[in-house]
Amino acid sequence: MVMSAEPWQTAEIPGPKKALVITKPEVVAAMIKRAQHPVLVVGHKASETDFEGGKLVDFIIEFSKKTGIPVVATAHMIGEFAKRGFKPAAFMPAVDIGNRLVDPSWTGVDGKGPHDLALFVGLYYYMEWTILSGLKHFAKHLKTVSLDNVYHPHASWSFPNLSHEEWVKNLKVIMEKV
Amino acid sequence: MRSDLGLIKNLELSIGKIVEETWTEPVGPTPFPSLTTLREWDMKLLQRYKPFYLPFCDVCCLCTFGKCDLTGGKRGACGIDMAAQQSRIVLLACCIGAATHTGHARHLVEHLIEKYGRRMPLDVGGLNIQVEAPITRLVCGVKPETLGDLEEILDYVEQQITHCLSVCHTGQEGGNLDFESKVFHVGMLDHVGMEVADIAQIAAYGFPKGDPDAPLVDLGYGTVNIEKPVILCIGHNVVPSVGIIDYMKENGLDGEIEVCGLCCTAHDMTRYYNRGKIIGPISWQLRFIRSGVPDVVVLDEQCIRTDAFYEAQRIKAPVIVTSEKNCMGLPNRTNDSADAIVEDLVSGKTPGVLILDPEKVGEVAVKVALKVTPLRKKFKAIPEVDEILQIVKECRQCGDCRRACPQDLHIPEAMKAAMEGSLAKLADLYDLCVGCGRCEEACPAGLQVHSFIIKAGEKKLKEETYKVRAGRGPIQDVEIRNVGSPIVLGEIPGVVAFVGCSNYPKGGLDVAEMCREFANRRYIVVTSGCSAMTAGMYKNEEGKTPYEEFTGEFTAGCLVNVGSCVANAHIAGAAIKIANIFAKRNLRANYEEIADYILNRVGAVGVAWGAYSQKAASIAAGFWRLGVPVIVGPHGIKYRRMLLGRADREEDWYVYDARTGEKVHVGPAPEHLFYAAETKEEAMVMIAKLCMRPNDTTKGRAIKLTHYIDLHKRLYGTMPEDIHRFVRTIADIPVTMKDEIIKILEEKGWKETVIPDPTLLSRLIRKKKE
Repeated sequence: MVMSAEPWQTAEIPGPKKALVITKPEVVAAMIKRAQHPVLVVGHKASETDFEGGKLVDFIIEFSKKTGIPVVATAHMIGEFAKRGFKPAAFMPAVDIGNRLVDPSWTGVDGKGPHDLALFVGLYYYMEWTILSGLKHFAKHLKTVSLDNVYHPHASWSFPNLSHEEWVKNLKVIMEKV
Repeated sequence: MRSDLGLIKNLELSIGKIVEETWTEPVGPTPFPSLTTLREWDMKLLQRYKPFYLPFCDVCCLCTFGKCDLTGGKRGACGIDMAAQQSRIVLLACCIGAATHTGHARHLVEHLIEKYGRRMPLDVGGLNIQVEAPITRLVCGVKPETLGDLEEILDYVEQQITHCLSVCHTGQEGGNLDFESKVFHVGMLDHVGMEVADIAQIAAYGFPKGDPDAPLVDLGYGTVNIEKPVILCIGHNVVPSVGIIDYMKENGLDGEIEVCGLCCTAHDMTRYYNRGKIIGPISWQLRFIRSGVPDVVVLDEQCIRTDAFYEAQRIKAPVIVTSEKNCMGLPNRTNDSADAIVEDLVSGKTPGVLILDPEKVGEVAVKVALKVTPLRKKFKAIPEVDEILQIVKECRQCGDCRRACPQDLHIPEAMKAAMEGSLAKLADLYDLCVGCGRCEEACPAGLQVHSFIIKAGEKKLKEETYKVRAGRGPIQDVEIRNVGSPIVLGEIPGVVAFVGCSNYPKGGLDVAEMCREFANRRYIVVTSGCSAMTAGMYKNEEGKTPYEEFTGEFTAGCLVNVGSCVANAHIAGAAIKIANIFAKRNLRANYEEIADYILNRVGAVGVAWGAYSQKAASIAAGFWRLGVPVIVGPHGIKYRRMLLGRADREEDWYVYDARTGEKVHVGPAPEHLFYAAETKEEAMVMIAKLCMRPNDTTKGRAIKLTHYIDLHKRLYGTMPEDIHRFVRTIADIPVTMKDEIIKILEEKGWKETVIPDPTLLSRLIRKKKE
């Protein structure tokens, strides 16, 4: 696919406010380092998406271990994590975590206070963009990043539509830099 | 007039209607409620289940002030903010849905009155179904007895929908929660409209009258004898189909012609004529028309592809449109002779006509089918394999088809495989495709991608031979009496209704699997509409479909098809009848009390796994106001907002104990009112969870927890982490898991609580605390 900042799904045209494009993965690494209380939301596609001989979920586990970012597993991802001996900070439906993130008084998945950065990966494209839209409009205290290989116009930051290889390379850079 | 008193000249008497009051139940507090009558009840629900808005778009583009940017808390030129704008659009969608069902009901009732008269009794099940219109009785406070009685009910519904629609105007309502309250209102009205439509057609056409043994009818492409003339009906309003079937029967052609249907009209056709064939849900439209099998296409209203006329022209099948709401630009030939119309359609002089007389539709459709069949030789619009293998070479691998696909199907890879000579990957997409055709619209090379998928999956398509139980209509009063106690006490773990359209995330098998799972677990499983068809498109190891596997009686472990979209009213009606017939709560215009009863005691959950339409939105809204949670599939998130409870906010989960007036914490039961599940696994776990209610007995709660925990362990691989929120006393704990659960409760600092007589309505407290 061509590298483009057009939304992945045809006609998903948001409006005046669109995600900044991650042209350098180092930017995401810097955001993560700067964040006081980030959280990573992982959808069910993380167990279906290939990643360097394994699955995306394997990368996520390493990523969480390295950065200490708490993971929220949506749908049945909790079982996929459990199979790999990893315990996420929480599991709940995708709409539930979205709903909690808009609440500035929510004390977060670990009870340590509101999150200021939410990273998303592995949801259905249309679920992710609608939840990101909810956060864009109603969670002013929060920055959002999509780690998927497609452009998510409602995130604060998103990759453009990337080939699988380019995307893997970018995620590995983030892993190195955090 | 001459009498002993004198002579009166030019006396005119006009009697509009004599109201004979035969219903002795006293009128409750809310007959014919207005927009704000039930506002307090709505706010109670909305306080607990707050909207989480998921804007589809950053702007409002409804008026000429705009477009207005509503991002980041900005208000538009009219002053509206994003929360209100989203709920306004939800209200608009629900008004469309309610108007669609109600308009359908109005046409149907008018037609039936013309045919059978106003005095025709509304018999929908004789002595077995004495509460014939539970929603109408509850909302309006009247008991309809004849077809004519339905007119004034529709007058009320239409008036209220108009008010609700006017609320969407620029410069009206400004509060998002008030918009939401009006969404509930219009949803409630929608259920009245649906009930009117279905009881009218049941009574007039002799559809199954709450019959648990309604006949099994054929389902699937493979059940159609393509050697015969085939008439295909698409839509929701059965009246033209009845015209066709009656004409066939009157002229001894029964069995000579295949009459089949797509979408809800198919359900209703088979409720009238059990030799009718259901091809499949709405998503089968393109594949069936392009297959070339239909000789005549008859369109009525709702859920029709608006390009159906164009698609039918591609296979040279004449089209008859039959509804004022869907004229498709065709000439109105209603007043022409049937034979003249037939001649023009058969000769190809005109490819389609509008006929607004259902009897004439019947005559024309049958005559055209008989004449056109030998001429057209089932002309297909789907290319042959050799052609496809040639044409696919034009594919540029641009990926636009995949980006246009709502399911993000890997079409480019399948096209690439086809370019290399294999259609296997395209065939794999057949089961997952929802038949929207967006791939073709997106293709810059103009390739018929959807047709390629259908051709690749043709073997599967032709093998589609299933059975579905014809829509039975209402649930009998005696069935309600039998299951009322075990449902309310929690011993039947829940009532799960699989309803709605077919925008499924991973194909339709999910629906059949979920139905089987919950029927096997002894839940009461109910279906309607396209979901009812999809549930039948599956066979077990013995070759039986779920409708052959499970009983059609409304009881534990059943699979009950109530019928078409308008028959959804019987699902809400069953919940209402549990409160009325089993619990003896007053029904008449007593909305809040009945809804409060259902919310706190009836473990019912609606699942619209493939919801796509505005009608699905308004149907869901009617269930919300009754306190029934609705789960939609992942695409349902595009309805722009969810109604979500917060299990972590203890203060949200208190009810009054009606015995004492004490406020009692009952846990998040049910946790959500409207919620989109990401996967089938998540939906199944959530169904079990949302069936829990504050009033469950300890035995009932233990049964419900057993299913919740069992599904959680199987599908998630872990114990649920919120068990402590649902265990009220030690007796609630499933015996086989006692040690394990007690350990969890101890870790969570759980404390025992009481099981109240729950209500959210302070006026129902019997002895108020001093």
